[in-house]
Amino acid sequence: MSAVQETLQALRRSIAAIEPAASEAGRRFTCGAPAVDGLLGGGFLRAAVHEIFAREDADAGAAAGFAAALAARAAADGRRVVWVRQGFSVAETGALHAPGLAALGLDPRLLVVVTGPDATCVLQAGAEAMRCPALGAVVIEPWGDPKSLDLTASRRLALAAEQSGVPALLLRIAATPRPSAAATRWSAAAAPSRPLAANAPGHPAFDITLLRHRAGLEGRRWRLEWHREHRLFREPAPLSRPVVSLPAGRPAAPDLAPLARTG
Amino acid sequence: MLGLTPGLTLADARARIPHLVAVDMDRAADAALLARLADWCDRYTPLVAVEEPDGLVLDITGCVHLFAGEAGLRRTVMQGLARGGLTVRGSVAGTPQAAAALARFGRKALGRHDIVPPGEEEMAVRPLPAAALGVSPEVLLALTRAGLKTVGDLAERPGAPLAARFGADLPIRLARILGQEDIGISPRRPLPPCLVERRFAEPVAREEDIDAALAGLAHRAGRILAERGEGGRRFEAAFFRADGRVTRLAVATGRPTRDAAVIMRLFRERLAALADPLDPGFGFDLLRLAVTACEPLGESQVSLDGRMVEDEEVAALVDRLGARFGAAAVLRPAFVDTHIPERAVRMVPAARLDDGGTAPPCGWPVERPADPPARPVHLFDPPQPIEALAEVPDGPPLRFRWRRVLHEIARAEGPERIAPEWWRDEAGEEPTRDYYRVEDATGRRFWVFRQGLFGEAPAPRWFLHGIFA
Repeated sequence: MSAVQETLQALRRSIAAIEPAASEAGRRFTCGAPAVDGLLGGGFLRAAVHEIFAREDADAGAAAGFAAALAARAAADGRRVVWVRQGFSVAETGALHAPGLAALGLDPRLLVVVTGPDATCVLQAGAEAMRCPALGAVVIEPWGDPKSLDLTASRRLALAAEQSGVPALLLRIAATPRPSAAATRWSAAAAPSRPLAANAPGHPAFDITLLRHRAGLEGRRWRLEWHREHRLFREPAPLSRPVVSLPAGRPAAPDLAPLARTG
Repeated sequence: MLGLTPGLTLADARARIPHLVAVDMDRAADAALLARLADWCDRYTPLVAVEEPDGLVLDITGCVHLFAGEAGLRRTVMQGLARGGLTVRGSVAGTPQAAAALARFGRKALGRHDIVPPGEEEMAVRPLPAAALGVSPEVLLALTRAGLKTVGDLAERPGAPLAARFGADLPIRLARILGQEDIGISPRRPLPPCLVERRFAEPVAREEDIDAALAGLAHRAGRILAERGEGGRRFEAAFFRADGRVTRLAVATGRPTRDAAVIMRLFRERLAALADPLDPGFGFDLLRLAVTACEPLGESQVSLDGRMVEDEEVAALVDRLGARFGAAAVLRPAFVDTHIPERAVRMVPAARLDDGGTAPPCGWPVERPADPPARPVHLFDPPQPIEALAEVPDGPPLRFRWRRVLHEIARAEGPERIAPEWWRDEAGEEPTRDYYRVEDATGRRFWVFRQGLFGEAPAPRWFLHGIFA
């Protein structure tokens, strides 16, 4: 089977070489918000590791939602997504809820959830999954700052991603950002949503910061809203705020004509 | 030698040997030893049955040519067991019952038969006492009183009166022991559909040699499966150590396979994940690979878009992860048609990627796609108790405290009332739940519910059930 598959990959590569535009699209996946994609040079690199930190421990849900939404974007062509979690994360932040992921736009039929007893196992399973080029995305979720997740381990993940072309989303809950081999590093937090009718919570909103970008600017901050119907992120219009009411007897804008000197 | 025989009372034995050491019988240890011996006997035939409390029955049909005939096989087994310090009696006969009776009750005086030629069972067992039939003590007593003391006495009589007087069981036992009826044995392990093995003249202990031998077996098994048009779903490798210990390792695949490379990769994962590594001791003298579950597997056609290849690869990945971390660690959500959130999804082993019709064909139902998600990303099971302040009777909480942090609610939606399923037995006591989607002042979204209604007993309690993105 591997010979057949090598042939297919070679064919795909040669086709990709003929079509430069398509190859660029194959190398990246977008998040849907032009400002973010533009800064990243056309979207998230597929063959790379993207680290997503929860800004605070309580932002675990927001970070997981951000990762799930990105995985849904990366695996939009119906490839499978492997989500590797640590047993402790399940106790601490709850189990992944398939109907909730479905509601976000990540099809649970494509999902394989691997649970490891400790961070080392999580990273091992993640690296093993990263070597399988047939996946759409791999989410790796160790808890905290494990010793085993050092520069070497993240470098190993990055190499696996380069070889297979599968994006790795390294989801870091209760962790502090440290140097790693990730192409981009994000900090995600929940943001107040735009309320619907009757003050109901609106679409999931995220406050994300680009902490590190290997090939460009960093330190930018956005407020993104996930529209699950279209499966894309959007930058919402700025929140409406009260403006100063217009004076009754005068024009709203100052008169640009110079005043005539009198007397 | 010492004048001691089985069945002797302890007082009598002490009278003969005053310094006798008496130890309580340990049935569990006896059974464990017997199981180990049965494991060891697996090397002679895959069909080994345990006859409690002290017997082993080996079905050696089609195996004897490997050991220079029946006599050679019997000698090899007996010598092997004798080396272990055991006193063994063994017989070879046409039926397991005849062989067992001869081994247990055969005596030199009665014309001992270690190996009974085919068709001569009747002659061999005739001199044996009636106890060799293995009937209950009452029936044995009745037989003795009737003067039927040997198997031969019974064999001459017609079956119907015997059945009428001593139970229908007796003629059947008689037929089996006389070799007239063969029901075979009930082996400890079912006979696998495909079995290959490799014997070594000298025990091997090097890891590379073991790996190479196992790979060779995988190739042979693959060829046998290919001839049958089948693929294996479960493989079991048995490592027979020279000192008699047997280690068995099993791997399972999500799809039938006969690719030796795939099988070997799984076994290597499995070996790497062993908490207690495969200890070769003085070396292994026999390696056996059994395919314990087979399924039809035709030659496959690769579809042009390569999607099938991808499915194969994902299936192989799931198998590898399952071999290393255990099948229970690699799961896939399966849809359950219920409104109770914690039961709405069942995690099933991912080894079967086609979900067997559990998921609806059109995907998971998502209500009102233009609205925000109605279900959380993370779900707590069991729900986490919280202290909440809410308007009576069915207002959303104004603030709640969870894990010592106070959350001021800025937006809320609800209630979504989920009643217990009355058709389930335990549902009778469960109160109704009112679910609210709430967002606190910092923008974090939670799924909380009130269990029970105001004005009902017991007083309603609040829980946090999930976290939204």
